[in-house]
Amino acid sequence: MAEIFWEYGLPGLIMAGQSLLLMVPLLVLIAFILYADRKVWAAVQLRRGPNVVGPFGLLQSFADLAKFIFKEVVVPAGANKGVFLLAPFVSVVLALSSWAVIPMSDGVVIADINVGILYLFALSSLSVYGIIMAGWASNSKYPFLGALRSAAQMVSYEVSIGFVIVCVLMTAGTLNLSEIVRAQDGNWGLFNWYWLWHLPMFVIFFISALAETNRPPFDLPEAESELVAGYAVEYSSTPYMMMFMAEYVAILTMCALMTILFLGGWLPPVDVAPFNWIPPFFWFWIKTLFIFFLIAMVKAFVPRYRYDQLMRLGWKVFLPISLFWVVLTAGVLVGFDLLPA
Amino acid sequence: MIVATIAFYLFAAVTIAAAFMVISARNPVHSVLFLILAFFSSAWLFVLMGAEFVAMILVIVYVGAVAVLFLFVVMMLDIDFKSLRSEMLNYLPLGGMIGIILLLELGLVASTWVFAPDAASLAAAPAPAADSGVTNAEALGRVIYTQYVYYFQAAGMILLVAMVGAIVLTLRKREGVKRQVIADQVARTPQTGVEVKKVEPGQGI
Repeated sequence: MAEIFWEYGLPGLIMAGQSLLLMVPLLVLIAFILYADRKVWAAVQLRRGPNVVGPFGLLQSFADLAKFIFKEVVVPAGANKGVFLLAPFVSVVLALSSWAVIPMSDGVVIADINVGILYLFALSSLSVYGIIMAGWASNSKYPFLGALRSAAQMVSYEVSIGFVIVCVLMTAGTLNLSEIVRAQDGNWGLFNWYWLWHLPMFVIFFISALAETNRPPFDLPEAESELVAGYAVEYSSTPYMMMFMAEYVAILTMCALMTILFLGGWLPPVDVAPFNWIPPFFWFWIKTLFIFFLIAMVKAFVPRYRYDQLMRLGWKVFLPISLFWVVLTAGVLVGFDLLPA
Repeated sequence: MIVATIAFYLFAAVTIAAAFMVISARNPVHSVLFLILAFFSSAWLFVLMGAEFVAMILVIVYVGAVAVLFLFVVMMLDIDFKSLRSEMLNYLPLGGMIGIILLLELGLVASTWVFAPDAASLAAAPAPAADSGVTNAEALGRVIYTQYVYYFQAAGMILLVAMVGAIVLTLRKREGVKRQVIADQVARTPQTGVEVKKVEPGQGI
């Protein structure tokens, strides 16, 4: 019995501990991310934003959390109860589990798997199920329309995200996220990172990430001016909070992914004195939060797209450009003999 | 090893149970959701075999794209599934026969391992050993783009033809539909977009 404990029990406990160590700070961070999002939005519109709970309103998200969990869960009479309650769980589990493979510093990652990038891509393509299930199970018109929109939207933008990822993979020569960051290390600091090599792809990835996570200007699944709140209309209290939280975790995952693929992950921009004193872990988060700031700014000043414009952008603009870039990258890598070993 | 064995039986049991629920669930949307569960747990079976690349591709392609479209179609269909279900017995002989053929074929594959254990070594490109440090993706790439490149291209062509065929079958040009042409919008100038009229005082237009 003791043998089994040392062989399986202890590693299991360590893994659980690591997951907890990741999950709790991550969720606390999400609370402040939410606050930051609202503050940025307010600042652009010359409002104050949340400023009542705690100093500068810093504890607003926690007040919201308490409010959500102390309310009653209302399940509509016509809803498909099982699927209705399963949908928020699916969303949250999928969103949180992608953080298992994200390297925040050299070796600081729970699962350093060989196909890390595919794992992330698979989870982000699965996240559409949370929304479809929510929309269908609500048994109501607006949620259903929202669910259908989101299914079409996320499947469309996944295609261009996939091609962008292929470009980076070919340049780095690996599917492992830590290796992708190491492949961007070089003598030229930030000019070695892939944002410069793949600048058009970086832009496309940024915009597709907005569409993939249903952020404004692509928040058509929940467009409040036409669909009230889309797939989330019938949700209340804790299930609603879970859907909401999953959305923000997914956004943060996309920010982290952009940092890893294009902004050199944990690497300092210039490898000289004041910059490389800052630990790599902080560089990772500085970059990730910077990208989140950009995403929050986009929400504040870009009007919502029309649905046909969204589809046109995905299929007729991004797909051809990213497909062309894949061919170009492959051609340049083979032609100039730059292929990674 | 014991954890891997337990995991295998767990995922295998989930796969089979989910596959059974696909055909026995009352609600067609539940059927599709169980189908997704079956895909998903069979992907973990691939992971247990060390084929993580295949597992991830299975999840991305089947669960992330194909099953979404299934779900999409099933949710939109307005079919009386109760009447379909009552006809299920009529299709049972045909379906059962296909099932038996599949079972026999699987049996043939499995029995090769027993009767000709060295058959695997006759493969044109033997799989690299597990400890050789070659990743899944690399091992697949080595054979797909060299030895099997024509088959790979042929498969791609077939998919392309199928895609073009589907589009040709469903595409119809409808008259009188307003379409947005971005180039036309951008090309508009004050000269073409605005007409200036001279209006006589007291006359109107």
